[in-house]
Amino acid sequence: MSGEEKNVGLFVTCLVDLFRPTVAFAAVKLMSEAGCSICVPERQTCCGQPAFNSGDRHDARKMAEMVIEEFEKFDYVVAPSGSCAAMIKKHYPELFSDQADWHKRALDLSRKTYELMSFLTDVLDVKEVETTLNRKVTYHDSCSGLRELGIKDQPRTLMNAVEGLDLVEGENAERCCGFGGTFCLKYSDISTRIADDKCDDILKTEADMVLGGDLGCLMNIAGRLTRRGETVEVRHVAEVLAGMCDDVAPISRKG
Amino acid sequence: MKLNAHNFKENAAKALKDEDLQASLAKLGTGFPLKRLAAAARLPEFEALRDQARDIKDHTLRHLDFYLEKFECKVQETGGHVHWARDIEDGRKIVYDICESVGAKTVTKGKSMIGEEMAINEYLEEKGLIPVETDLGEYIIQLRNEPPSHIIAPAIHLRKSHVEEAFRKTHTELPPERNLDEPEDLLKEARAMLRKKFIAADVGITGANFMIAETGSTVIVTNEGNGDLTQTLPRVHIVLCSIEKMVPNLEDCATLLRVLARSATGQEQSVYTTFSTGPKQMDDPDGPDQFHVVILDNGRSRMLGHDTHDMLRCIRCSACINHCPVYQSVGGHAYGSIYPGPMGSVLTPAIYGLEQSCDLPNASTMCGKCEEVCPVRIPIPQMLRSWREKQWEDGPVPILQRLAMSVWAFWAVRPKAYHFGAKIKMRLLGLLGRKNGHFKSLLFSKAWTKSRDFPAPEGKTFQQLWSEKGGRRS
Repeated sequence: MSGEEKNVGLFVTCLVDLFRPTVAFAAVKLMSEAGCSICVPERQTCCGQPAFNSGDRHDARKMAEMVIEEFEKFDYVVAPSGSCAAMIKKHYPELFSDQADWHKRALDLSRKTYELMSFLTDVLDVKEVETTLNRKVTYHDSCSGLRELGIKDQPRTLMNAVEGLDLVEGENAERCCGFGGTFCLKYSDISTRIADDKCDDILKTEADMVLGGDLGCLMNIAGRLTRRGETVEVRHVAEVLAGMCDDVAPISRKG
Repeated sequence: MKLNAHNFKENAAKALKDEDLQASLAKLGTGFPLKRLAAAARLPEFEALRDQARDIKDHTLRHLDFYLEKFECKVQETGGHVHWARDIEDGRKIVYDICESVGAKTVTKGKSMIGEEMAINEYLEEKGLIPVETDLGEYIIQLRNEPPSHIIAPAIHLRKSHVEEAFRKTHTELPPERNLDEPEDLLKEARAMLRKKFIAADVGITGANFMIAETGSTVIVTNEGNGDLTQTLPRVHIVLCSIEKMVPNLEDCATLLRVLARSATGQEQSVYTTFSTGPKQMDDPDGPDQFHVVILDNGRSRMLGHDTHDMLRCIRCSACINHCPVYQSVGGHAYGSIYPGPMGSVLTPAIYGLEQSCDLPNASTMCGKCEEVCPVRIPIPQMLRSWREKQWEDGPVPILQRLAMSVWAFWAVRPKAYHFGAKIKMRLLGLLGRKNGHFKSLLFSKAWTKSRDFPAPEGKTFQQLWSEKGGRRS
């Protein structure tokens, strides 16, 4: 590894690891092309967010400790998900607010942790992507990325750099999709109603593809769209930017 | 009202199927939020004002004891009375005793959430008095004998036809041939009816958006003018408020007023902003002979200095409610508390106890929109989470949920075993799901699959593929 290369630890996220490895490969490709050396520690699973949001601080801490131990050695830590990145960046320090040593380590990790789109544009200053996609696309702003990390322009900057990509904004692009982690299981009916509003908003744009930066939301949106028999394709934005749409079928669709 | 929060799920299921309610909610979801956005855009210093508003409330809460006592002194100086109510029983008794002392029969009421919290109407009725709500929305729901579904638009769940129905049923002198199709007709009918009550009232009860320590004044904002008639015509004016409504001085009150209406309805200011300072003075042309302020605690002082302390900054604008995707889906009655939506889901457990309302802090996607629009920047998701933590520690959590989390956490901190298991499960799931790319149903995941397809995994996990490719591990 050359001295100039940024040593990046990829926090894969559990959903990407289990359901859609292509997203992680897309992340690796995008960051490698921008001069990073990517390492994927095997000792990683979940950031602890489901436990944290369920009020289970004890288990959330155990998972957070593992992430801190494994990732604090890198120059940067990047996750292809706004909510997992926000968990590490915003909530780890809060989680250890009463333990000075861990709190310091959490703060150090927080400073170098980024969501993928933000890392590419804000840190690596990527402005160009060499790929073409002749599609009308709309974007769903996932809540954590948007409100906890301020991710709004970053994915748009990059999407607009894709040749042929026609970006149309949904009227309610910033509105929650109803996923909410365990919320979608605990309050399934309400979650579905909110997902329906999201689907309607997407359909109103007449886009044939919807992109986003968080697999949880995307699985929720895609699952509802295919159940409704809609043909709009759903993908993680990284797949498009890395030109990897041919590698994998849209979420919830057959290959 | 009687708390019905433990039935949240059933209430919500009913609400989702109620077409009238859904039509009303669709209007609300676009109405207030767009107006707020436009109002904020017209005021360049709006964001800075929000910071100031937060700081004013924070300062006041830090010195609440001082300001409450100062307020009491000032009210007494102007000839008024302050009554301290530890809980709603206290509050109700104080109000009734005042009414009884002047031999009151008819009591008019301006809109007051503290009045709702005390269920003061029911109490006064039991004692033989006639309480009459004079805010149009409150009047309608009083006729229908139901609780408010929104803190500033209490009848937002109703359609025009519901109002006509309520008037025809209760206004016995109303000729059946009278046309009540248009909102104006309904308004005229309500006004004619309420005029008589305003004149007849012995006591007028209002709420207070603010108490001002510097002057001993209480402040209400209304759009109908009913508040003014309620508090100036009768002989006695009773103000119902709670400890956190305090602000130090007029200047601070003005700052809060600038963010209040904009956040609530998108108005620059409410139509009426009324300051009440003591009873009628020597050279006043009108006003009440007696001025009473009933200050309710009801669990709030327990919040001071604890996890939900910041919630006491709330100025009841309803921005969080108006913007909440869950509220927009199920409406206010589903929450089973007079305080619905995000602010209610923090406040209700504090006032009524977590056991009675354990669904509420959980019934949120944690999308953070509430915090984004809150004029006093209350970190509502964080407060909801603190209730969830309390519940996890020593409250009722469904056993299956606890078990699922424990199992997940057990494997999540054992990466080797986790990855091994994941490899097998995803492989299997990938193969089974390959045909359609998703599952219509899946064991143990009915909550997901009853309305959504479950996307099939690609097959191999990323960890597995990375190892196969010989990717960098350290």
